[in-house]
Amino acid sequence: MDKILISTEGISKQFASVEVLSNVDLDLRTGEIHALLGENGAGKSTFAKILAGVHKPTKGIINLNDRKVEIASPIVAQELGIALIHQEPISFPHLSVAENLVMGRKGKGPLAWVNWSDMINEAQKHMHLLGVEIEVTRNMEGLSIADQQMVEIARAIASDAKLIIMDEPTAPLTPREVETLFGIARQLREEGRTIIFISHRLEEVRMICDRVTIFRDGEKISTSAIDEISDEEVIRLMIGRPLGKYMRKHNVAIGAKALSVSGLSLKGAFQDINFEIKKGEIVGVGGLVGAGRTDVARALFGITPADSGSIRVDDKLVQITNPSDAINLGIAYVPEDRAIAGIFRSLSVEHNLTAAIPNKIAPHAIIKSHKERAFAEESIDKLSVRLASINQPIVELSGGNQQKAILARWLHTDPKILILDEPTRGIDIGVKAEFYDMIGNLAESGRAILLISSELPELLALCDRILVMSEGQLTADIRRENASQELIMKAAVPRVASS
Amino acid sequence: MMKNLLKILSGREAGIFVMIILFCAAVGLYKPHFLSLNSLRIILLLVPLIMIGAMAQMLVLVARHVDLSMGSMLGFSAMVAGLMYRDMPDIWWPIGFIVAIGVGTLLGLFNGLLVTIFNLPSIIVTLGTLNLYRGLTFIISDARQINRANIPSELKAMSQTSPVFGIPWIILMSFAIAILTFYIVRYTQLGRQIFALGSNPNAAPLRGINVTKVTLIVFCISGALSGLAGIMYASRWGFVNPSNTGMGFEFQVIAAVVIGGVSINGGVGTVLGTFLGVILLGCVAAALPLLGIPGTTQSAIYGSVILIALLIDRSVRQRTTARSTRSWRKK
Amino acid sequence: MTESSENPGSEKSKLMFLVNRPESMTFILLIVALFGASMLSEYFLDVNYILKSFTLTAELSIAALVLTMVIISGEIDLSAAANIALSACVFAYVQAIGVPMSLAILAGITSGFLMGTLNAILVIRYQLPSIIVTIGTLIFYRGLAQVIAGDKSIRVPEWFIGINNKMVLGIPLPVIFFIITAIALGFILGATIYGRQIYQVGTNNTAALHAGIKSNRIKFGLFILLGVVSAACGIMAASRLGSVRYDLALGGELQMVLMAMLGGTYIFGGRGTILGTFLAAWLLVIVSTGMTVANLLPAIQLTVLGLLLIVAIIATNFIYSRAQR
Repeated sequence: MDKILISTEGISKQFASVEVLSNVDLDLRTGEIHALLGENGAGKSTFAKILAGVHKPTKGIINLNDRKVEIASPIVAQELGIALIHQEPISFPHLSVAENLVMGRKGKGPLAWVNWSDMINEAQKHMHLLGVEIEVTRNMEGLSIADQQMVEIARAIASDAKLIIMDEPTAPLTPREVETLFGIARQLREEGRTIIFISHRLEEVRMICDRVTIFRDGEKISTSAIDEISDEEVIRLMIGRPLGKYMRKHNVAIGAKALSVSGLSLKGAFQDINFEIKKGEIVGVGGLVGAGRTDVARALFGITPADSGSIRVDDKLVQITNPSDAINLGIAYVPEDRAIAGIFRSLSVEHNLTAAIPNKIAPHAIIKSHKERAFAEESIDKLSVRLASINQPIVELSGGNQQKAILARWLHTDPKILILDEPTRGIDIGVKAEFYDMIGNLAESGRAILLISSELPELLALCDRILVMSEGQLTADIRRENASQELIMKAAVPRVASS
Repeated sequence: MMKNLLKILSGREAGIFVMIILFCAAVGLYKPHFLSLNSLRIILLLVPLIMIGAMAQMLVLVARHVDLSMGSMLGFSAMVAGLMYRDMPDIWWPIGFIVAIGVGTLLGLFNGLLVTIFNLPSIIVTLGTLNLYRGLTFIISDARQINRANIPSELKAMSQTSPVFGIPWIILMSFAIAILTFYIVRYTQLGRQIFALGSNPNAAPLRGINVTKVTLIVFCISGALSGLAGIMYASRWGFVNPSNTGMGFEFQVIAAVVIGGVSINGGVGTVLGTFLGVILLGCVAAALPLLGIPGTTQSAIYGSVILIALLIDRSVRQRTTARSTRSWRKK
Repeated sequence: MTESSENPGSEKSKLMFLVNRPESMTFILLIVALFGASMLSEYFLDVNYILKSFTLTAELSIAALVLTMVIISGEIDLSAAANIALSACVFAYVQAIGVPMSLAILAGITSGFLMGTLNAILVIRYQLPSIIVTIGTLIFYRGLAQVIAGDKSIRVPEWFIGINNKMVLGIPLPVIFFIITAIALGFILGATIYGRQIYQVGTNNTAALHAGIKSNRIKFGLFILLGVVSAACGIMAASRLGSVRYDLALGGELQMVLMAMLGGTYIFGGRGTILGTFLAAWLLVIVSTGMTVANLLPAIQLTVLGLLLIVAIIATNFIYSRAQR
């Protein structure tokens, strides 16, 4: 039980001169379930990806069974018996489950014969061993996330993986599915395999893990047996810094109703959503990934409009069928995924900043450069965006400064209602603090703010009220005074299977 | 068993099959002699080149690429073989096959190298090589045609004589290629990797698929089969002309393949569907003169057929992926 | 999460900026080509000769200017050359059956409008990839031209012939049109909000949508604009040639894409300029006229164009991917 399977010495990783992981020494024992805990950006996923050959460490050594190994690629990792189960499982949707299970086996060469019946038998055997019922001849397309995870786990076992890394596997699962997954994880431990379990949900870690390692800001903080460490201690170690000091709630007078939503529904995304936000109020939205929070935001902003229900702005019934409707009504939306929905990578910072105010920079279709420049410089000043030149492509800025630029873009439209979707994801702590302050100031200036966030401390500290969504339903509306992590989590976890 | 049968009946292939039947029946009602063995022979003689090209294009499309240069590769390979026959009249005639296929493979390899090394969109690369290879055909031939007299009579005979049932050699060869493609697609590592690559190009390298190698092979197959189609062109028509030979071939092939249900978004396509797509196209081509529709409409028909097939493909795709639309955010 | 790579030497970065602009490459190539061509034959020192040669590809060049905008917006249209042929055939056919010239021109332009609209509907309404759709419509439009004109050529009246010989200030009319179009489109793309949004849509369509930019409307407009301009070019070609066949501008999509690529337009959208395509059009004229003067077969010219396309796309991709890092 105490034999060490894999150990790392001084693993560090830099991305474009930013150190995201520094000097991690960690031993993983044979037949243990080892939790990696930490906040977003703490380095736990990067560490896992280094073990799985997705990233190469900038420096450091990995020993497998006391032999030094170079894990140069996912293929090498697979040959060494290391498998990474991604949170969003990777698959070939048009290929059968059985093929997904064996695809990429080594050797043989391009003309090697594919023996379908052997392949199907093998796949069925592994599915059977896992105790899951998935027809292996069907296509991967249309399988639930949970089933796709099972296929990936079966795949790992089929290639006889000794170390299975699960990167936040439970986030998209229902409680019953989580139960099944944990059963399988325990079974794998019995078979002497090692499992790394990445999560930031402490109660799950307590349920199945033997030991826990805590990451913070790219460093390993501690490793200990799970029953030797208290929840308070874990949280203290995870947060570690007096973030509370930045997360100060500004005292703001709450004004009239700014936005109210009733009976809002979109098939397959969310049902019967009712809430309202007042001027100066910060309303948080908590919930698990995929609970429909972003879908509601997108509906409010007209990207994928709701198919029933009503939206009122300043107590007037409005129709929002596309983003420009929303913008005209004074709504702004800072999207969740900066790279995909926010920035224009190769365009200059200036052109990114002024993207939402075409009429202001070009009153008669022709762009007035001096006006545009004035707008851009004003916001760079106000939000203290750090850059080399206003003409440099925005992609060259750091994540936090990109995010500031997106926020600045929207502040130019002078929005009455500001929807922020995970605004502090993937940005460093210093800039985070600036953001918290900015959000407070925006509320102070009488704007209504809808803050979608997966970071509970953020919600608890900043918001006047916290809405919680679960499986497309609004499950709680908690006032600031009454809010607690437990209450939010309880409302966030799907109810169907809480038997 | 019952379930499998249902699956087949509701599939795309069944749809095309029904379309073929309906089309032939309709034409047959109007011109009864369309439904004769003789017109079957005409149809079959129209399609062997397209059949071979379509098998290759199917693989290319499944791998999420496209090859527009097929017609030019066909022309160039045919021309090289034709020049060889003209300048070396004593050469053993089957050498022409090896030469044409070899030359085609090299041209395909060049396409593949451009696509993989420089990471360029295949459609633009092959638009370039479409013209490049066509120009080279003029250069090597000095813009002169290879005439009937220069093509070995044994080669020409392959389009007339038959080993069995009066089905000429070239038709049998094209069917053999279809069957071979079926086995490659279904039963080889390569075939499955082509599908995997097209199904999810980002996952492919993570799953140990050598993307460069598979892509290169696919383009080489496309070149090789275009070369084979080239030598068969010489057999079928008895000449090789630098400007006509293979002109517009890629469009007929793409039309056949998209009718056959191969998705332009990669990962989807079957040999049977492609086969039936080619046959349907052949039926249309054979029926036009009978119905008194001038040959000048052919191109317009191919074009509209491609567009319609694209729309059908889209509606099919929409139905199957309706559930997973929410995953767009994660790329 | 990339840290900003600040380069304080602004003199140096200005120079790099010029080097990294693909138009600079086009411009240098143009000078080199002019120099080389004038070594080949002293004709090339004669401006009139070059202008006259330019009229041969003026139609494709004008359409290529609009195509540049389409490519910058992240789409492509390979059917423009077929559109030129079909609108020319519609125009010629309609006037040949006795309809007054002005109405015939209207018919031609309308057909171009319809073709652009069909492309736009398929690409935007049905969300099919433009690259495949326009191959389909390329075959379809050219096929329709063949249906209308058959294998014969349709003549236009004597008085209508010869737009390429009409001079304004000593410059052939088609060249004037080209220059005016370039200035107009260059202005739209470079100085107006529409142009700005074309770049934004082409750089990141999703982000554009999230910024309230009506990207579908912009793309729709561009496809229609290209359709209409192509039709006008088709009618110009009819006047220049005196008769119209279905194979007018056959393979012209290559030359048009080539002009855009040589001018530094990025095939994946978001980058490129009208100036680049403008220069590239002249470059191509010099190159192909040079080849004609040097008595090269048209076939070799085809080879050279094909090679140029590949080289141009490799070069622009290289420049941009380096700038991206």
